[in-house]
Amino acid sequence: MGTFTLNGETRQVDVEPEMPLLWVLRDELKMTGTKFGCGVASCGACTVHLNGEPVRSCQTWIQDVEGMEVTTIEGVDDKAAKAIQTAWVELQVPQCGYCQSGQIMQASALLTETPKPTDDDIDAAMDGNLCRCASYARIRKAIHRAADIMEA
Amino acid sequence: MIPYLSHLIETPRPTRRGFLKLSAGAVGGLLIGGMVPRTAAAATEGGTFATPFVHITPDNVVTVISKHLDKGQGVATGLATLVAEELDADPAQVTVEFAPANAELYANTIFGVQGTGGSTAMANSFQQYREAGAAARAMLVAAAAEAWGVNPDEITVTGGTMTAGGNTATFGEMASAAAGIEVPAEVTLKTPDQWLLIGKDMPRVDVPAKTTGAVGMYGMDHQPEDGLVAVTARCPCYGGMVASLDDSAARQMRGVVDVLQIPQGVVVIADNTWRAIQAREALEIEWDMAEAEGRGTDALMEEYTALLDEPGNTSVDRGDSEANLANAAAVVEADYAFPYLAHATMEPLNITVLYDGETAEFWTGSQIQTLDHNVGAGVLGLDPSKVQIHTKWGGGSFGRRATADSHLVAEAAMIGAAYLEAQGAARPIKLVYTREDDLHGRYYRPLHLHRVRAGVDADGKITGWQHRVVGQGIMIGTPFESFTVKDGVDHSSVEGASDTTYDLPHLAVDTHHPSVGTPVLWWRSVGHTHTAYVMETMMDELADAAGQDPVAFRLAHLQNDPRLAGVLELAAEKAGWDKPPAEGIHRGVAVHKSFNSYVAEIAEVRMREDGTVKVERVVCGVDCGLAINPDNIRAQIEGGLGDGRSGILREEITLTDGEVDQFNYPDYTPLRSSDMPQVDVHIVASSEPPTGIGEPGTPPIGPAVANAVAKATGQRIRSLPFTQHGLA
Repeated sequence: MGTFTLNGETRQVDVEPEMPLLWVLRDELKMTGTKFGCGVASCGACTVHLNGEPVRSCQTWIQDVEGMEVTTIEGVDDKAAKAIQTAWVELQVPQCGYCQSGQIMQASALLTETPKPTDDDIDAAMDGNLCRCASYARIRKAIHRAADIMEA
Repeated sequence: MIPYLSHLIETPRPTRRGFLKLSAGAVGGLLIGGMVPRTAAAATEGGTFATPFVHITPDNVVTVISKHLDKGQGVATGLATLVAEELDADPAQVTVEFAPANAELYANTIFGVQGTGGSTAMANSFQQYREAGAAARAMLVAAAAEAWGVNPDEITVTGGTMTAGGNTATFGEMASAAAGIEVPAEVTLKTPDQWLLIGKDMPRVDVPAKTTGAVGMYGMDHQPEDGLVAVTARCPCYGGMVASLDDSAARQMRGVVDVLQIPQGVVVIADNTWRAIQAREALEIEWDMAEAEGRGTDALMEEYTALLDEPGNTSVDRGDSEANLANAAAVVEADYAFPYLAHATMEPLNITVLYDGETAEFWTGSQIQTLDHNVGAGVLGLDPSKVQIHTKWGGGSFGRRATADSHLVAEAAMIGAAYLEAQGAARPIKLVYTREDDLHGRYYRPLHLHRVRAGVDADGKITGWQHRVVGQGIMIGTPFESFTVKDGVDHSSVEGASDTTYDLPHLAVDTHHPSVGTPVLWWRSVGHTHTAYVMETMMDELADAAGQDPVAFRLAHLQNDPRLAGVLELAAEKAGWDKPPAEGIHRGVAVHKSFNSYVAEIAEVRMREDGTVKVERVVCGVDCGLAINPDNIRAQIEGGLGDGRSGILREEITLTDGEVDQFNYPDYTPLRSSDMPQVDVHIVASSEPPTGIGEPGTPPIGPAVANAVAKATGQRIRSLPFTQHGLA
């Protein structure tokens, strides 16, 4: 039995303690905004916030989130995330879009930590998030744009 | 080809015309007939206006029915734009849904079957979807004219609202009445000067949803009530069969519903994806490898290399290349090697099946719906009318979803049938590929070797060019073979070489297509992924041999292809080619035509202290005919060259004794953020018919970067990926 807070609401699931948070979200709670990409924390598609920090939900056991706050793309609404989502639409970042939930969760955590990131900051924070459509150039521009939006 | 296919793929057949030459309608202003009446009459259901391509509901939503899969390339937005343009709709009221499988209504007019690929989506839809929009507009206007007792000419339509005198109505208000109007036999399309949307940067219809979780869009996210998940244990070597199975441990595990055997392997059915994967690991399987492909890449390389010495099947042989090479002032000879590549779409393959013994439904990112439909029906022994394909948004494809054998649908159909037989009742089952299943699961860009011998005379003109290509033919053994394989030459292995538009009066290209068990497939830009690399690095070597500037040397050999010359001149101008590059920057150029579009790319690279290559910026010149949505063209060039860059950097699928060595992203790593250059795209203004844009950005980047590396280091990179040479 695992109990945690998901997007502000208390949730309880009856699953194996080592089931990854990813599959609890997707298959038990039917919250599919968080994507399955690799299962080994190598692509970032499954990124969620755990007590505000970006983590790969495919490598996070449900027993390790007991009592913690999980935020997914469906619920994220802090200032940085809103700015990121606005910039993503403004600069038309997504192509196939499958990685973008993870990109947005990772980028919003970056902006919360580093409100005015440099290109090197962006590469350091975002290199773990693969995009096979190579939308990286737009992601970089959109993060800078979101930083401007937050400042304004 | 998998044996089950041979008797399944009957009607309709792909057309010869399509694969050999793309065609497209003229631009604007024509009175046309023939296409619109072929579509079914409008039907009304609950006040809805519905033609095959356009639905309008009373709540004023215009739904464009996309016959094409959108897997990121933006076709949904493109088709919506075409309809909205002729309909005079407000783009904000337009949404897109994917069409059902129905080749009669929704065939790709270039292929003759319903399918997306070869960068043909806008080219084959440009006329058709504008006509559909114009027909719907005419019917709405006719309905309003009847309601208001005015002449249709008196009605103006702006942003989805019709007005005449004091009368006004939205499309939604007139939808039901318009459904009763006969579909016009002919429509008049706008002339380009009347366009309000075509040629503008239109925001994509899918972007808002894709920034908030893309709920319900992808096949992977299909979560039907009462649904189960399947994962399959497949033989590590292609062609192997199950010899023995012990599933007793797996069957005891929590959530496991059943373990089934199908020709493709052993299937675990569970109530949760993770549980299915865990239980699969608990299976004990012995494989019968008697029929399996057992060769590794080392053995293949040895066989292929030997074939480079043997004359192959002739693709082109014009002039006298041998005699003219003998007279050359300088001759360059080179061998090239290109590895197997995986598509590695971010969304791993998946498909949901629901089969109850009489009907079947499939939910997946279907790219060739006609084949998927026929194969699904054929495997289950159903009439195609009893089978539905629900096309979901594709989380990438790059060719991977367009399989001539529809292996994913076939596997799902067999799982559906086996489950029904075992359990006696139907439930929706989602077959999921893990990343390991995907990377380990074959259908790769085929391994290819090239050998070129080419020379220049004292004036710097190319005298002769001899070119041999060795690799598996993608089309061989598919329904497309009869018109894409000629005289033993699979065109997909030599496209971009044998049909080069460089002035090469003495050109000989031949091929060998060895038979290898590992299935192969088109990878973004297909044969151009390797032919462009060879052509454009060799052109650079020849320019060097002739002592000429690489751009000038190419232009001197492009007298008969002004559009290719045009993009090269544009990119050179925008990159400041006539001025020296900044300190530490080395430039390389490549230009290539593919899918009837022309792209030049100039790469600016810097060598890092550790000897690896950093591509700082790429300047592109693009001519894809009429630019329907310039921002999407920029996005596709950015992504296309990103993919091409990825394909030369670290990506390589290798086999040991028939088994793939790579499993997941740690050992097959596509481009990452820090590898991505700045990309500047310059589009040629054109009124030519629109041509492809999903793929043409990919071919030039490899050779452009390689040519820059040669400038920096003197080293000519003739085998990929760059990691082999310490460059990545």
